[in-house]
Amino acid sequence: MKRYLISTCAIALMVCVAPASAQLKATIQNVPEISFTSVPNFLKPPPGEYLGESVAVATNSKGHIFVYHRSAPTSKLWEFDQNGNFLKEIGKGYYGFEFAHSVRVDPQDNIWTVDEGTNMVTKFSPDGKVLMVLGRRPPAIGGAVATRTGPNPPAQKYIFCRPTDVGWDPQGNIFVSDGYCNNRVVKYDPQGRFLAQAGSEKPGKGLGEFNLPHGMQVDGKGNVWVADRSNFRYQVLDNNLKPIGEITNLGVGWTICISQGPHQYVFQSNSNPNGNVPGSWDITGEIYKTELDGTVIGKFGHPGKLPPNFQVVHMMDCRDPNQIIVGEIESWRVQKLVLKQPTAKAASAQ
Amino acid sequence: MKRFLPLLLAGTILAGYPAVAQNAAPEIPFDGDVNFLKTPNDVYLGEVGGVATNSKGDVFVYTRTGHPFVTLGGSRNFAHGGSQLFQFDRNGRFVREIGKDGYGFMFANQVRVDPQDNVWVVDQMTNMVIKFDPQGRVAMLLGRKAESINIPARPAGAGGGGEGGGGAAGAPGAGRAQDVFDRPTDVAWDAQGDIFVADGQGNARVAKFDKDGKFIKSWGQKGTGPGQFDNVRSIAVDPQGNVYVADGNNHRIQIFDNNGTFKSQIANIGNPQAICMTPGANPMLYVSDSNPPNDIDKAGQIYKMKLDGTIVGKFGRAGKMPKEFGTVNAIDCRNDNNLLVGEIGNLRVQKVTLHPAG
Repeated sequence: MKRYLISTCAIALMVCVAPASAQLKATIQNVPEISFTSVPNFLKPPPGEYLGESVAVATNSKGHIFVYHRSAPTSKLWEFDQNGNFLKEIGKGYYGFEFAHSVRVDPQDNIWTVDEGTNMVTKFSPDGKVLMVLGRRPPAIGGAVATRTGPNPPAQKYIFCRPTDVGWDPQGNIFVSDGYCNNRVVKYDPQGRFLAQAGSEKPGKGLGEFNLPHGMQVDGKGNVWVADRSNFRYQVLDNNLKPIGEITNLGVGWTICISQGPHQYVFQSNSNPNGNVPGSWDITGEIYKTELDGTVIGKFGHPGKLPPNFQVVHMMDCRDPNQIIVGEIESWRVQKLVLKQPTAKAASAQ
Repeated sequence: MKRFLPLLLAGTILAGYPAVAQNAAPEIPFDGDVNFLKTPNDVYLGEVGGVATNSKGDVFVYTRTGHPFVTLGGSRNFAHGGSQLFQFDRNGRFVREIGKDGYGFMFANQVRVDPQDNVWVVDQMTNMVIKFDPQGRVAMLLGRKAESINIPARPAGAGGGGEGGGGAAGAPGAGRAQDVFDRPTDVAWDAQGDIFVADGQGNARVAKFDKDGKFIKSWGQKGTGPGQFDNVRSIAVDPQGNVYVADGNNHRIQIFDNNGTFKSQIANIGNPQAICMTPGANPMLYVSDSNPPNDIDKAGQIYKMKLDGTIVGKFGRAGKMPKEFGTVNAIDCRNDNNLLVGEIGNLRVQKVTLHPAG
C-alpha cells in the first residue's frame, strides 16, 4: 500500500489522475493467481483482412466463435470455427451495423449484436438472418447532426442511446444495458415488448441507478449482473430489476461473463483504461473469477501490448470456465486463454 | 363554397365517430409470412420504405439499407448512398438490384409500379421521383437532388445547399409551382397517366404532372382545414380520377377530384401512413394506422374499407412477431386479400393473406 501511494503521487504530478486511479484499483486483497496460457494466433482472419477493435466475442454451442469488431467501412461480424478458422461474415452491409459493442449467443444459438452507433440490438438466426430488431437507428433524413451536449432526453421504451450489452433469463426474457447516454437496464418479454427498466436517462450512484452500465449478463436464477463502469462497481438486480446488491471491491466494473452449466462462475474484468494512463498497468487489467455468491476464487492477467497480456479487455466468453476468450480494444486482438487451477485458497468476497 | 359546405359537414360527421367505428370494425382473420422474400447471404433489408409488385408478380423493395456517407475534402459537403432497390420474383427469390449506387437513392420512402410495369421510386432525402422502365433503365426523373448538404444540417424539410435545393414559396408548405420537392413520400397515376406526387413531409401539397412530366398544378399547404395537410404520407387515385391523400397527424384521408378540389374526408382510421387501392372497377382501400417507430404498444392495425369510407374490417397490431407490424410504410394490394406489407421497424416485408368470412 505504501508503494502504491508513492506511485499515485508521482502520477498526480504529471496528469492529476490520482482520484480516478485510486478507484480503478481493486480493493480486494490476497486473491490467488490463476495461471494460464494464451493460444498463439488463435483466430485466422481471411487472407488480407484484419480484425479492428475487437470489442465483442462470443461462442455458440458448437464452439464457433463470433467476433463483432470495429472495422471499415462499418463494424463486421465474423464467424470462426472452434479451431479459429474463418467461416463467414454475417450481416455484411447490414443496416444495424456501424459501431460494435457486444455480441452474445443465446441458448438456441441465435446471435445477438449490440451496436452503439446505430442504437440497435439485432437477433440473427444461426444462419445469419435477421429475426428481431430492438431499438431504431436514427433516420438519415435528419442529415449530419451536431454532437449532442447537455443532459440526455428522457429514455424511451423502445429507443436506445448507445446501448452496450444484451442477455436473457431462462424464460427467454430479453435484457439490454443502455448505455453510454441512457443509464439503465431494460427488460423485454421474448416477443420484444417492454416490461420494466431500472435506472433512467440520468446517471446516479444509488442502488438501481447506473453510471455507464457497460456490460451485463443474466445468471441461471434470472438475476441480472451489471458492470456499472463509471460507478466503479457491479450491481446485481433480481429478475424484475430490483437491486439485490453491489460489488465494489473488484475495480472498475468493465465487463462481465457468467459461465454455463449447473455450477456457474462469474468473470469480472477490471480492464486497464483506454489510453494506458501512466501507472494504470500497475493497478488494473486483471480478471476475477468468482462464485455466484460473490466468493472470489482467483484472478489472472495483466495489462500489456503483447500476448498474453491484455490491452483493454472489452468482452469475455466463458462458456467453458476453463477456456476464456477475450476481446481487446487497443490491440485489435482476440485471445484464447486456457486457465489452470488457482494456486492458493480462495479469498473472501467482501 | 355552398357546394363545398355540405361535403365538409359530411366529413365532419364521419370524424365524429372514430371510436365507435374502430370498435365496430370486425377483425379479419389472416396469416402473415415474414420469410416470403429470400435474400442472398450478403443482402439485408433495412427499413422498408416501399414494396410493390408488377403484373407478373415480381416484387420490388425500396429499402433504407444504411450507411449513407459524406465525403471529406471537397469545396462543399457531398452526401450519397443509404438506400437500395431490390427485385424478387413472384416466389420471393432474389433477382437483382436495380440502380446500384444510384445518384438518387438516399432515404427510401416508396416504390410503386404503374399499369405499364414501370417502377417508380420516391426518395425523401434526394427529393426525387425516379421512373425506371421494366428493364430497369431510368425513363424519367422528377425533382433534383441537392448538389450538396449543409452541416450541421438545416432543420428537416429545409432542403439542401446549392442549386436544386428545395424551398418554399407562398403559403407554408405550398411548395413551388414546379417539380422541386421537399421530402416527397409517394406517387400515383390516374387513368390518363397523369402523375400525382405526395409532397410530402417537408412541403404539404400534392403536385400534379401530365404523363410526360410537365407540371400542371399543385394544391395544399400546412394546416388542418379542408385541402390543407400536416404531412402528406401516401396517395392513391381511383378509376374516376379522384385523389386519396393520407394526411398524417391530421388523422384523416382527404379525397379530391382530379383537379384538387376537396370532396370529402375519411377520419375514423387512426393516423394513416400507408394506403393502397386495389385495381379494377370497384376498388377497396387498405389503410395502415401505423404505430410510431418508437412505440409498439399503440396502433398498428390495417383497415380494409370501401372508397366511401365504410370499414369492412381490420387486422393486425403493432409488434415484432409475425402477424404483427412495425411501423408499416407500404402496402401492395394488387391482389385483394393477398398483401405485401413493408415495415420500417422490423426491417422486413410480410406477406399477408386475409381470410374474410364468407
